Amino acid sequence: MNRRNVVAAVVCFVLVAALAAAVGLRPTQVADLPTLVAENIADSGASHAITSVLLDFRSYDTLLEIAVLLVAVVVALALQEAQLDGADRMGLANPLLRAVMSWLVPLMLLVAAYLLWAGSSRTGGAFQAGAVLAAAGVSLRLAGVRLAWMEHQALTRVLLALGLACFVGVGSVLLALGRGYLDYPQAWAGGLILTIETALTVSIALALLSLFRLAPPAEDDTLPDRRGRRRE
Amino acid sequence: MSTSLFYAWVGVLLCGAGLFGFIVHDHLLRRLLAFNIMGSGSFLMLVGLAQDGRGVDPVPQALVLTGIVVAVASTALALVIFRRWHRVSGESMLPEDV
Repeated sequence: MNRRNVVAAVVCFVLVAALAAAVGLRPTQVADLPTLVAENIADSGASHAITSVLLDFRSYDTLLEIAVLLVAVVVALALQEAQLDGADRMGLANPLLRAVMSWLVPLMLLVAAYLLWAGSSRTGGAFQAGAVLAAAGVSLRLAGVRLAWMEHQALTRVLLALGLACFVGVGSVLLALGRGYLDYPQAWAGGLILTIETALTVSIALALLSLFRLAPPAEDDTLPDRRGRRRE
Repeated sequence: MSTSLFYAWVGVLLCGAGLFGFIVHDHLLRRLLAFNIMGSGSFLMLVGLAQDGRGVDPVPQALVLTGIVVAVASTALALVIFRRWHRVSGESMLPEDV
């Protein structure tokens, strides 16, 4: 047994013991959050508890979340190589896959739209819808379908920034109108939340899909072999 | 140990297992997986602790949902950087670990 395993085992034991102590000796409840949410949910723009927490009570979290996603894509864009993975490099030449995709993609679009719409009153929401959309895009890519509009750089970048821009824009307009940042007026809250969620869905889906696309292809003629030498 | 905190306890174990894997493995992909296991453990703890006999608490659930998005984004970014590193160097580990 080498030394690193022993050290790792000791460190993990300490961590588990500390966490177990924290769970076992947890403080008694200081604030009754579920009741607080239930009492204030009528003032928020959504009737589903999780959506109203995400986009009203704690909208800063969601704002920063979409900012993190955007930063991740920007870093990936900065690391991008001159040659993107073209359609010919990614596609699995499988007619069955294409046939299945032509059935699945419309369904996925439908599910994404439903999840986005359902978010205000039931289980669902911007991230779930965005994830389904991104999955549709990834499967299309794996099936070798070329998404030509994604090569239009200006359009892609505008759509990537749309979620954050919409969020910051709504917040700033409310600030200019003399309210708190992201403190929605009650009459407008529902519409504003749906607008922000729609923009978030587009940006999240595109960000996840871009991160998938921007991963440099692994196989190439110029790829160095295991020792780091270039092949002749 | 109360049964209502079952998920929190599982989360504690996942955190420990993830940290162990993170230290023991050299391969960057395995490290990334271990890091994600640790993250899932902390999410489970957050959601599980709220189940302390008071029903559904939407606040930690919303926080964990935000956390999951950030975890997905950082994992994807790590994979992009890892693949780039693999392309540049042909290695799947960092120089100190080779």
